[in-house]
Amino acid sequence: MIVNLADTEQKKRRVFLNQLLKSIGLATVGGIAWGGLVDKMASAPLCLRPPGALSEREFLAKCVRCGLCVQACPYDTLKLGSPGDDRPLGTPYFIPRQIPCYMCEDIPCVEACPSGSLDKASVSREENGKLVWDIKQSRMGIAVLDRQSCVAFWGLQCEACYRACPLIDQAINLKYDRNVRTGKHALLLPKINPEFCTGCGLCERACITQKPSIFVLPFSVAQGEVGTNYIKGWDELDENRLKGVTEEGTFQTERSKLDPVDYLNMDDLTGE
Amino acid sequence: MQLSILLLYILARHTDLDILKGDLTFSELLGVIPFADPYAVLQIIATGSIPGKSLIIGGLIILLFYALIGGRVFCSWVCPMNIVTDSASALRRKLKIDQDDKPTRISRKIRYWALGLSLILSLIFGLAAFESISPVSILHRGIIYGFGYGWLVVLAIFLIDLFVLKNGFCGNLCPLGAFYAFISKFSVVRIKHIKEKCNLCMDCRVICPEPHVLPMIGKHDALVLSGECNNCGRCIEVCKDDSMMFSLRTKSVNK
Repeated sequence: MIVNLADTEQKKRRVFLNQLLKSIGLATVGGIAWGGLVDKMASAPLCLRPPGALSEREFLAKCVRCGLCVQACPYDTLKLGSPGDDRPLGTPYFIPRQIPCYMCEDIPCVEACPSGSLDKASVSREENGKLVWDIKQSRMGIAVLDRQSCVAFWGLQCEACYRACPLIDQAINLKYDRNVRTGKHALLLPKINPEFCTGCGLCERACITQKPSIFVLPFSVAQGEVGTNYIKGWDELDENRLKGVTEEGTFQTERSKLDPVDYLNMDDLTGE
Repeated sequence: MQLSILLLYILARHTDLDILKGDLTFSELLGVIPFADPYAVLQIIATGSIPGKSLIIGGLIILLFYALIGGRVFCSWVCPMNIVTDSASALRRKLKIDQDDKPTRISRKIRYWALGLSLILSLIFGLAAFESISPVSILHRGIIYGFGYGWLVVLAIFLIDLFVLKNGFCGNLCPLGAFYAFISKFSVVRIKHIKEKCNLCMDCRVICPEPHVLPMIGKHDALVLSGECNNCGRCIEVCKDDSMMFSLRTKSVNK
């Protein structure tokens, strides 16, 4: 009798463990598939976000996907990602070639955002102790120019992007150059200044080539990164980074003891 | 009900009539009162970031309403997917699919696994995992903002519910429903069954999207206390003997 009881107990435990393992197995398979899908969506790289958006990672984590920014946009610039357009589902983005951002001064999309994924502080400045909107501070992306297809570089006068730029002579300048091909004309070349460019995309929209030769890329895609090892010796703020660094961290190459003439006669130079 | 809520959202999108603006994950009532999907907010928290203030307030409003009063009424009275799955279910009854074949069954607990999984995945990938694939949001957003290929997802769910698995999506898979089932264990509004009036026709169990919550039919008077009951009230509608009714938890069963 006692043995029997133990048997049933054991059997119960067995069934329980079996089922638990089965469930965990299924959950793992489901989780991997689901995770793959989520990861694929999260890594769509070419997404231009509304003004004031946090870094893509933070933005994706915080955005609640309600679409209030889309509703607030008076130009219908913003769209929500939907299945098939290869962007994270329900998150706002815009395609400048279709409708660029017209840089409203009161930035209704940011005002409407309830989730904090569009950061009000990043698109406002202090004035008389009060925060006021400043759309010029937004960095939705940065315009990039393909010189090969830009007709200005052929010597044709275009200026479409320059004239369309809401920050004309700041974000896009015209640079004069000699036209070497004809020898007697000038080139009027658009030049983008990343210090001012907000990534609104009006230039991309205005560009006259079939596929725009000036176009906006997200900052993270378009920009390189120096790293911390270079310090601008002429910039006081940057110099400050050296404060507190002790001598021990620096490395000096030892002077060679050889004569320069010996160096020239060394095997690996003469190839002997 | 669903249609009228949808209509409010659509009106706000396309006209100046902003009674209910946004979508089901977050909206503003009359431009002032925030409503947020507490499950979406929970996923945002799971990613490790702090949700905006109105999200937290809106999430709490909705959470408290369902947890204390309404129960799982989101699923049956608000969710637009319910219209799709209900149509599938009705068509399924009409085509008598369940009678021809042994019905497919999978565990109704899968949704709870999905619920847990979504939070873990949110943590790993740093974005709300269910919100990234949610067919409910695809449908609702699709109606307000435009579908893309989203209608294919909705069609797939319709077909699964119609041919493969009765109430497959809402009753087995959807973690949003699981979330609401989970929080509505203690809500006040409940369905009540009175045995005396029942003639054991079992129409209620046929129509019920979660028939396992009705074990008491014809056996004894009881409130339906399972959180999985979504208070849709279809059992009340089909009952010819008035043995089902809405009631409050506070009232005793015998009254």
